[in-house]
Amino acid sequence: MKKLISIALVLVLVLGALAGCGKTEPGTTATPSADTGANATAPAAGGTIKIGLLGCYTGEYAQYGLAVQNGALMYIDKVNAAGGINGKQIEPIIYDDKGDPTEAVTAFNRMLDDGVTALLGSVLSGATMAVVPEAYAANLPMITASATAAGVTYNEDEDLVYTNMFRTCFIDPFQGEKMAQYAKDILGARTAAAITETGNDYAVGLKEAFVAKCAELGIEVVADEGYSKGDKDFKSQLTNINAKGADVIFCPNYYEDDALIVTQARQLGITATFMGGDGWAKVSEYAKAEDLEGSVYCSAYAPGSTPEIKQFETDYAAKYNGEVPGMFAALGYDAAIVLLDAIKAAESKGLETGSDEYKAAVIDGMKNTSSVGITSAYSYDEFNNPIKSAVIIKLEGGKEVFSQMF
Amino acid sequence: MSTVISQIFNGLQSGSVYALVALGYSMVYGIIMLLNFAHGDIIMVGAYVAWIMIAKAGLPPAVGVVAAVVGCTLLGITIEKVAYAPLRKSPRLSLLITAIGISFFLENLAQLVMGAGAKSMPEIVSGPGLSFAGANISFVAMVTIVVAVISMVLLTILVQRTKMGKAMRAVSEDMDSARLMGISVNRTISFTFALGSALAGIGAVLYSCAYPQASPTMGSMLGLKAFVAAVLGGIGSIPGAMIGGFAIGLLEAFVSAVGLSVWKEGAVFAILILVLLIKPTGIMGRVITEKV
Repeated sequence: MKKLISIALVLVLVLGALAGCGKTEPGTTATPSADTGANATAPAAGGTIKIGLLGCYTGEYAQYGLAVQNGALMYIDKVNAAGGINGKQIEPIIYDDKGDPTEAVTAFNRMLDDGVTALLGSVLSGATMAVVPEAYAANLPMITASATAAGVTYNEDEDLVYTNMFRTCFIDPFQGEKMAQYAKDILGARTAAAITETGNDYAVGLKEAFVAKCAELGIEVVADEGYSKGDKDFKSQLTNINAKGADVIFCPNYYEDDALIVTQARQLGITATFMGGDGWAKVSEYAKAEDLEGSVYCSAYAPGSTPEIKQFETDYAAKYNGEVPGMFAALGYDAAIVLLDAIKAAESKGLETGSDEYKAAVIDGMKNTSSVGITSAYSYDEFNNPIKSAVIIKLEGGKEVFSQMF
Repeated sequence: MSTVISQIFNGLQSGSVYALVALGYSMVYGIIMLLNFAHGDIIMVGAYVAWIMIAKAGLPPAVGVVAAVVGCTLLGITIEKVAYAPLRKSPRLSLLITAIGISFFLENLAQLVMGAGAKSMPEIVSGPGLSFAGANISFVAMVTIVVAVISMVLLTILVQRTKMGKAMRAVSEDMDSARLMGISVNRTISFTFALGSALAGIGAVLYSCAYPQASPTMGSMLGLKAFVAAVLGGIGSIPGAMIGGFAIGLLEAFVSAVGLSVWKEGAVFAILILVLLIKPTGIMGRVITEKV
């Protein structure tokens, strides 16, 4: 009897494994069909420029991957409809990495075999970081819309900047710099204080960038307080901040903590303006309107904020069955703009499409870009991270409203 | 100077909540020698009851406050009847493990029913703050300290002056002799749990005023700190729990004030170790000779 059960169990396992295989089959066959589809639409006249699109288009994070892909394809289609670049159509070569670093490298090698000129991807930081060293070795122009890890463009262990790699999303600490600049330019702050969760990389990263930028701008940081995860009582730290009298308090934590900090600060009679990063989103549900009034935080994207974004939303909905685009689609669109502008520049130099000089010219074009996307204008710093505008969200009457691009 | 006064009031405010919770620990330990680790989670349930009443049902805050206190009281009695009473003759370790089990049960139940994220508590009390020697004392801080002190005075009167209080003291002194004297031990134990849990309910409301969020795990750290407060004061002693609670609150405020806020919890648990090493009976505790 026991034997029978174990045999049955083994059978179930084998069947399960087979079923798993069956599921992956259509996925892998589906990807080539996607690029033959693109082949079919591309007219042969004048040749084509092949651009790889890599991302997680199936699996757990597919919604992000597909949004980036939709955004990027929307711009590529627009350029193709207007006659392409230098008479050449853009041919997207699409591969799915399922968010997996190993799959990403495999797909990347197949793309090289397919002869891509540039790569837009990947979507997740892990998959992107697996591909970057390979693309760097091949000096292939590469841009991601969504991989935020610092390691995507910069290898800290070897102190090596991946010069071929760019992105349109900003990395987390950039928000700290933005808010320091905002405090100086818009709020006219002379003194600042910070309160952060000390074990949280996100919060500490923003705070360090903020403090460094303050030093550069001449804002005096009078207090730098910390707390540990799970703390609910911040009054002692806030009393210290109050005693030092800061104009602004930078509080780049997650919204639940931020709400408690603001509430307790107001109880202690602190009137300074609170500032935060995109971890603040939803904070209005956790603290009183009058306590939050006037606080500001920055974010990468705000729906319906500018005329460009409104136009993008309308076009996107028309193209993709009324779907509402989010940050990922917008950044995918911007990534395509930055990349295709650089390709335009390379084409205008009369280089042979796909040659090494051509690729170097595309990389050069992105490095010195002056492209204007829908979320911002772009330029790149020494680590190839974008210098771009952030969205400033202000707390007004208990609502989180778009204030300005900054 | 004003900063020092502010910090003292910060310490007194959190200390009063610790003291109220520590009282529950101490009373239950005094009567059945049980470290009721589910006590902190009763506060969490109290906070959720208040949230449901005020935020969900839109009832006035006063109703929420009463509901939280009543809810905690009923929960305390239920836990005692369901989980602890059947184990009264068992080894004390079984009771302790059951208490930890109840604690996990309540936390996970809350997570299942209410979700893992925090719920935002509407304002329960509001009023103008007070300026005292240049320091700002918030209205919430004053209410917390005053309510906690009044509760402690009433509790002391109840234990020292009433018949039920006398019964409580008798049962904690010697359960068998108390039974021989005609005291209903079961009823007295239930009453002790009810009283401790009602204080936890008041603690829950005061905590929600100061930190207006309810989350499934809010009670665990609060409970542990109150436990340290009870041990510091001398577990089993009512005045000891009050002194311990305020001492822990002031210690935390002091540690944060000198810039070591990240070590706040470390300092609290270092106190626990020090007390156990130097004076295991705590500040007000009396030496009990172990009966063999």
